[in-house]
Amino acid sequence: MKIYRIHALICAGAQCLAAGGNGFEDALKEELKKHDLTEEVNIVETGCMGSCQLGPLMVVYPEGVIYTKVKPDDAKEIVEEHFLKGRPVKRLLWKQEEKQFPTLNDVPFFAKQTKIVLRNCGIINPEDITEYIAQGGYEALAKAITEMTREDVIKVVKDSGLRGRGGAGFPTGLKWELAYKQNSDTKYIICNADEGDPGAYMDRSVLEGDPHSVLEGMAIAGYAVGAQKGYIYIRAEYPLAIKRLEIAIKQARASGLLGKNILGTNFSFDIELRMGAGAFVCGEETALINSIEGKRGEPRKKPPFPVEKGVFGKPTVINNVETLANIPVIIEKGASFFRKFGTEKSPGTKVFALAGKVNITGLVEVPLGTSLRTIVFDIGGGIPEGHTFKAAQTGGPSGGVIPAEHLDVPMDYENLPQLGTIMGSGGLIIMDETSCMVDVAKFFLKFTVDESCGKCTPCREGTRQMLNILEKITTGNGTMEDLDRLERLGNIIKLTSLCGLGQTAPNPVLSTLRYFRDEYIAHIKDKRCPSNVCSMKGEKNERKVLNRRLA
Amino acid sequence: MEAKNFPAVDMEIRKWGAKPESLIQVLHGTQEALGYLPKEVLVYISEKLNIPLSKVYGVVTFYNFFKLTKDADHVIMTCMGTACYVKGGEAVLNALCEKLGIKPNEITKDGKFAVRIVRCLGCCGLAPAIAVDGKDIYGKLTPEKAIEILERYM
Ligand SMILES: Cc1cc2nc3c(=O)[nH]c(=O)nc-3n(C[C@H](O)[C@H](O)[C@H](O)COP(=O)(O)O)c2cc1C
Ligand code: FES
Repeated sequence: MKIYRIHALICAGAQCLAAGGNGFEDALKEELKKHDLTEEVNIVETGCMGSCQLGPLMVVYPEGVIYTKVKPDDAKEIVEEHFLKGRPVKRLLWKQEEKQFPTLNDVPFFAKQTKIVLRNCGIINPEDITEYIAQGGYEALAKAITEMTREDVIKVVKDSGLRGRGGAGFPTGLKWELAYKQNSDTKYIICNADEGDPGAYMDRSVLEGDPHSVLEGMAIAGYAVGAQKGYIYIRAEYPLAIKRLEIAIKQARASGLLGKNILGTNFSFDIELRMGAGAFVCGEETALINSIEGKRGEPRKKPPFPVEKGVFGKPTVINNVETLANIPVIIEKGASFFRKFGTEKSPGTKVFALAGKVNITGLVEVPLGTSLRTIVFDIGGGIPEGHTFKAAQTGGPSGGVIPAEHLDVPMDYENLPQLGTIMGSGGLIIMDETSCMVDVAKFFLKFTVDESCGKCTPCREGTRQMLNILEKITTGNGTMEDLDRLERLGNIIKLTSLCGLGQTAPNPVLSTLRYFRDEYIAHIKDKRCPSNVCSMKGEKNERKVLNRRLA
Repeated sequence: MEAKNFPAVDMEIRKWGAKPESLIQVLHGTQEALGYLPKEVLVYISEKLNIPLSKVYGVVTFYNFFKLTKDADHVIMTCMGTACYVKGGEAVLNALCEKLGIKPNEITKDGKFAVRIVRCLGCCGLAPAIAVDGKDIYGKLTPEKAIEILERYM
């Protein structure tokens, strides 16, 4: 390997590219050529570094200097000052509250995170398998298939306490064991990369930044349960992730890490991509199975569960991207290492997509059980000046809100449900006083009404009725009885829907009713939207209401 | 119906195999080649994969991604995911629609532009965001900036 004096890591995540990262990289290469530095400076295109809002980002090693919002025009100064004279360009450094942070390790946004899932994101070139291998990649697979029995692998995963990161938090080891016990020559592993929560992109960043970690996790799962084939079901809206996965699969096959007789053993396993086609419900595992079989993505009745009868009627393990990316670490370092992070019942870390009204948006990985306050204020840098924290929304359309009085809640699989929300896949939207909670509830309900597949009546008709009531309230035509109606209907839909979509669809409404009932009442009684979001249409409305009363 | 040949479809079928489970992947490839899924093509696919036309139609209409009619030259996907919504995505959407004189999910009369609502482009850090023609992503928009970008494609 060539030795370079300087490594310049340029983020090539989708958001930094969108912010103009390519132009900067070209300019930098041009400058390096001009100064005859191409042999001394190594440019690496990495996956997402996490602080997407400040992109395009570049980190320069050995010092770990981090540059934000770099533009093509900055290339010259960086090369001449930093690369040639060793003086970092101050004006481009990370700034926060008037302070400058010279290196990555000084920045609270990075320093307070714990990276297991994102261990390689932003560090390696995702299009080069040798960089993954150089970081210890595929050692876990080698260890599993050459030194461990299938039962050993399952035991370690069970002992680690890893819970599925796709939303429900089902213990992964147990799921594998159930599939392992099925008597069948053909079994499948599916990686769920449908990431449907509108406002979350954790899985996308892992696939774009470290695709091999997911392939390795799948192969280990395949070995453990006795599957020969895996599918990655990925959203068609993620072209960059698809491209990087295709490259990764090709390279893994060429290196003998996928395909027949992996590493010379008699274990064979291969992976294919399947593209989704824009239906949120396909993230639900039984709908996903139908979609892989080429059918309409409508959910199936459970039982039978996928581990018994999944794709093509065969036992199938379905795991989320982030779940699988944890596997190599658990196998390599052991269950007790993994248990060092997080809580007793929720070990490990979780990646959140921090977005909305917070100073630093981006991807953050923290131990499970970290308080919401730490995430929003210490890592995210707090709420923009002049505004105040009102609520955080977790779990997307299946989740609910956490109000300010619960800012100290530990974010894990036990505590969030007690507040009436769920962990979900990791979307974390911060809202300030300018967001109307009734409007937010309506936003999510509109989403589920659009995405309900129509197969079962409670979900198809019930959510629409709830939406109608919310429309009434947000235009100033609601009555106090509507609130009871919303609650009653919501609870019925939860109990009677066929799949997880309907079973969780009322959550955003029920949860905002629980914490922000006064806002609903203001819309109804005072015909006023406290946050000035809903167009209450003033007098015209009152006339409408009046007319109805007269009629 | 008269037997026609669609080499683009044949290529996809060869790639994925002439099995019913290939349907969605074949539709993807076909739409990429032709821009949309004309009726004759659906009939052809139904015969080749041995799936009743009604089932093919059922699949095509289930998924948002598939189009039965020709699309606009430029499709502006406006994100209305949660992050974009709380940061003013609706104002961007309204500005674009107003400028083009269409409603969301419609196509302009000259067939040049369409504004479509999508759920999260995975660029929440850049909210509010739009993607033009599925690849050019623009973020941190205001209604004015969005119009400026639109004009570049006019
Ligand atoms: C409506 C709905 C959408 C879902 N979307 C996703 C998704 O986008 N990604 C995901 O991994 N799991 C999703 N799930 C959860 C899956 O059904 C399944 O539980 C999960 O993929 C299992 O993997 P895990 O055990 O690793 O979490 C969704 C569930 C429902 C009900
Ligand atoms: S919500 Fe718009 S990009 Fe994620």
